[in-house]
Amino acid sequence: MSDALHTLTIAELRTRLLRKEISPVDIIRSVDAAVTAKDSAIGAWLHRDTEAALAAAENCDVSAPLGGIPIAVKDVLNVAGQPATCASRILSGYISPYDATCIARLKAAGAIPFGKLNMDEFAMGSSTENSALQVTRNPWDTTRVPGGSSGGSAAAVASETAIAALGSDTGGSIRQPAGFCGIVGLKPGYGRVSRYGLIAYASSLDQVGPLTKSVEDAALVLQAIAGYDPQDSTSMNEPVPDYSAALRQGAKGLRIGLPKEYFIDGIDADVRAAVEQAVQELARQGAEVKEISLPHTKYAIAAYYIIATAEASANLARFDAVRYGHRCESPVDLRDMYDRSRAEGFGPEVKRRIILGTYVLSSGYYDAYYLKAQKVRRLIAGDFHAAFKEVDLIASPVCPTPAFRIGENASDPLKMYLADIFTIAANLAGICGISVPCGFSTPGPEASALPIGLQLMGRPLGEADLLRAAAAYEGATDWHLRKPAL
Amino acid sequence: MSASAHIDVKKTADLARLRLTPEEEAAYSGQLDRVLHYISQLDEVDTSNVEPAAHPHEVFDVTRPDEPREGFGVEAVLSNAPRRSGDQFMVPKVVE
Repeated sequence: MSDALHTLTIAELRTRLLRKEISPVDIIRSVDAAVTAKDSAIGAWLHRDTEAALAAAENCDVSAPLGGIPIAVKDVLNVAGQPATCASRILSGYISPYDATCIARLKAAGAIPFGKLNMDEFAMGSSTENSALQVTRNPWDTTRVPGGSSGGSAAAVASETAIAALGSDTGGSIRQPAGFCGIVGLKPGYGRVSRYGLIAYASSLDQVGPLTKSVEDAALVLQAIAGYDPQDSTSMNEPVPDYSAALRQGAKGLRIGLPKEYFIDGIDADVRAAVEQAVQELARQGAEVKEISLPHTKYAIAAYYIIATAEASANLARFDAVRYGHRCESPVDLRDMYDRSRAEGFGPEVKRRIILGTYVLSSGYYDAYYLKAQKVRRLIAGDFHAAFKEVDLIASPVCPTPAFRIGENASDPLKMYLADIFTIAANLAGICGISVPCGFSTPGPEASALPIGLQLMGRPLGEADLLRAAAAYEGATDWHLRKPAL
Repeated sequence: MSASAHIDVKKTADLARLRLTPEEEAAYSGQLDRVLHYISQLDEVDTSNVEPAAHPHEVFDVTRPDEPREGFGVEAVLSNAPRRSGDQFMVPKVVE
């Protein structure tokens, strides 16, 4: 049955590998064939080096925790010898000279990084429509977006062209596409996973995390990539718990808060019903559910788009056409080279955010915008810290609606930004969050049944609590077992 | 910040070393003014006694012992250079 290996989870593949029923090479061949057969309809994959993956599979240590498991990678992470485009023309032709720490750790755990996946350019977006390279479609309805910015990662896992994937989450970019595509996506707490080798968007917000077919797989990948790294001065030198042990602890005794500011008018009726039923299931299993308040919620998007764009404008200053990246033809001088290379290399959303970020940091505006946003950020974080004195987890929808249509929000950046309302505050506060499949929208004459995600948020390094509750919920439901017809 | 704030897109893009077309300037100007208008709701929040937060956790200067260690090596560092000359990055002439 090696032809169906791409449909299995990490845990299932590991069992078969350890029984010597299959080999790592069988898995690579199965995934490779699935990409060839299915990805032309989805467009999740930007690059794959099958030869390198097969060579790694021949030599990998199956006894290691992720031995023989191919993991696809959002094209924002450096994998030595592979391209890393950030789905931008400015990095066309770039080949990574080194491994990001999370990639090195996957390799050390026996996994095989295989494939680079589409994304919004420089992770700026919520639909993957900002990729300069290709369109990615939602496997459940190919007229709809997969979410973003890790849309390629989510669509690949949902369409079973990847066993699991890494993504990055700056304002919801793992959780929201996982929700839109009906898979599991985990954003660790800030400092849990090293960002060394992650091409930076907004450094006080970015985190790397897994997108997987099951909660157990998310625990396995997080276990491999988590932990202190001296190469990232923001990584936390704290012990990493045994995440797989958390999966078996059950929901009984967990205190779950429902923020009243998140259950507002404007949430799609199917989304509201699915999330409320999911919370009821956790209560049925013995979780204690209570209403809480996060009073500064409504200011999170405004604060985010000041802080994130300010940091982006600084981070993307490194694209100067000197050491790597696109350089314009025949520059007359250094200034001409900067101006034209950047204008040619960056796409519209990246330019918009660089301009906004430059503006809010510029002389005369810094206090009014950037400093103000940083103060509001402290209030938003304070809301969560207060809430976590009363509850262990916070439950909400991942997104107010299921996946929207390709092009639906593309002409109005502000409307697109507002779709991030439930995910963005977690990044500002540095807490962790997970998206778990919790139902489907009601199909209609013009709409397919689309996945709905439950978001659980936890304390800054409280990923074990997230996984515990998510596994308890998943164990009582079969949403995660449904697959799109492709 | 105010609800009627306006970004001088041409000047700001120049600061950011981005050469825009007139069409881009016009489009971004309208779009970013709407974003600024949205952002101006932060004015409602009383932050008079609030310290700014640059990070989710308090991160202070982090240092390591200043000891030599292996780097990538010259070839790897130059491997993505748009133009190189020997072991150097080549750029347009800077000084007359």
